[in-house]
Amino acid sequence: MEKAFEHLQAAHCENGVTTALLRHQGLDFMTEPLAFGMGSGLFYIQIPFLTVNNGPAISFRTMPGAIFSRTCKSLEVRILRKRFSAESTAERYLDQLIAKGIPVGCQVGVFHLPYFPVEYRFHFNAHNLIVFGKEADRYQVSDPVMEITTTLTRDELTKVRFAKGPLSPRGQAYFPVNTVPVTEDMIRMGIKRGIRRNVRDMLRIPGGFAGVQGIRYTANRIRKWREKLGVRKAGLFLGQIVRMQEEIGTGGGGFRFLYGAFLEEAFGYIPDEGLLRLSEEFTKAGDMWRANAVKMAGVYRGRATEQADFDEIADRMEAIREVEKQAFRKLSELKSLN
Amino acid sequence: MKKEEVPQDESALANFTREVCYVKNAAGRYETVLSKGWEVKKLALENAWDEVHERIEEAREAVRNGEKSAIYYFMALKIMDMPVMSDYTGFWPFVIRLHLRPAVFRRLGTKTLSRYARAFEISVEELKNFKG
Repeated sequence: MEKAFEHLQAAHCENGVTTALLRHQGLDFMTEPLAFGMGSGLFYIQIPFLTVNNGPAISFRTMPGAIFSRTCKSLEVRILRKRFSAESTAERYLDQLIAKGIPVGCQVGVFHLPYFPVEYRFHFNAHNLIVFGKEADRYQVSDPVMEITTTLTRDELTKVRFAKGPLSPRGQAYFPVNTVPVTEDMIRMGIKRGIRRNVRDMLRIPGGFAGVQGIRYTANRIRKWREKLGVRKAGLFLGQIVRMQEEIGTGGGGFRFLYGAFLEEAFGYIPDEGLLRLSEEFTKAGDMWRANAVKMAGVYRGRATEQADFDEIADRMEAIREVEKQAFRKLSELKSLN
Repeated sequence: MKKEEVPQDESALANFTREVCYVKNAAGRYETVLSKGWEVKKLALENAWDEVHERIEEAREAVRNGEKSAIYYFMALKIMDMPVMSDYTGFWPFVIRLHLRPAVFRRLGTKTLSRYARAFEISVEELKNFKG
């Protein structure tokens, strides 16, 4: 029996695709924060020496594709994932799945995505959407950042599936195949595993530019930006941080609110008051990130451009680092999670 | 962020979508709210585009003055950096850098030019005839 696909709006595209596809498989408990937390989505990294769109290469979330893979794996849901070298093969594969009534997750580039506003069309290739049907000559598309579903022609869809550049999707299509019924125990295990992995990623990644240490790395860079780049370019760099942190897809506060929501939801499965307390800590971190965004905007507005302002931004990031470091440390010490 | 603090500033999201924000409600629990945008990040996005438009004008100038080939202008116009350009055309970056020289560009054949034209979504004629 075919189940009608239900569109689901989410803060972040990959969470949204994961949640909607798993719910379609009958995993009705799945929510965006749960998918994000089980997939250990929270992160921080500044890749040294690399610039993206003429700004620093910073991310507040884990690598693309990881949330879907990890969450499915935790719930023992098998994944079929395929990349293609030929466009025609990719088109045929998708058509066959849709004909069978299977909604398919697709990685796409946003530069040629026609329903995106021009202002958002950079060469960003790690966007995700679901193709769930075909009507006349148009594919029905559920893009998790949108309030409603939309459509794309075959040419439009193929173009975005074969966008080029870093992280190019190469026609990547994926969907979950449910194998075993998911028990409450499996969900609990998935939550614990997700948190433990996130603790590891944030506290114990070596290199000094990822996890909580990465926040300090960026803070130290920012102190030098005014002198090194000049106020104008430094403002553009800070603007890029603000966009990575607050733009559509983050849920606000560099995904920190999303993580707070996850811990609150985790409490529903694992009744440990500590989870609620630590959820508050991530809310606090998110608020601090947002307050710092306002401060950074002072630079690119030209209102607060002294070295003291840059130092204050860096100091605030140090403070955020401390909050997140303590929160993850306490998470790692919660007995209910071991 | 508290529910009542969610910004609703008009932004580039208009006519596209409102975005999901995770916020704390009066009971201190998380819920989602839709936002039309936030001034702070709207400005960041606008600044990024101002920068892009400046680069495009600089590129146009460079082509007009015969310092760079038309490819340089269209790369700026389509906000393509070297890795993106290289992946769309299949040329190595050092080859592309050669093609940015007007003297080399003038000698390029239609086959080579068409790979650029396709990446820029223009015709070979448009690419050839662009003078800045």
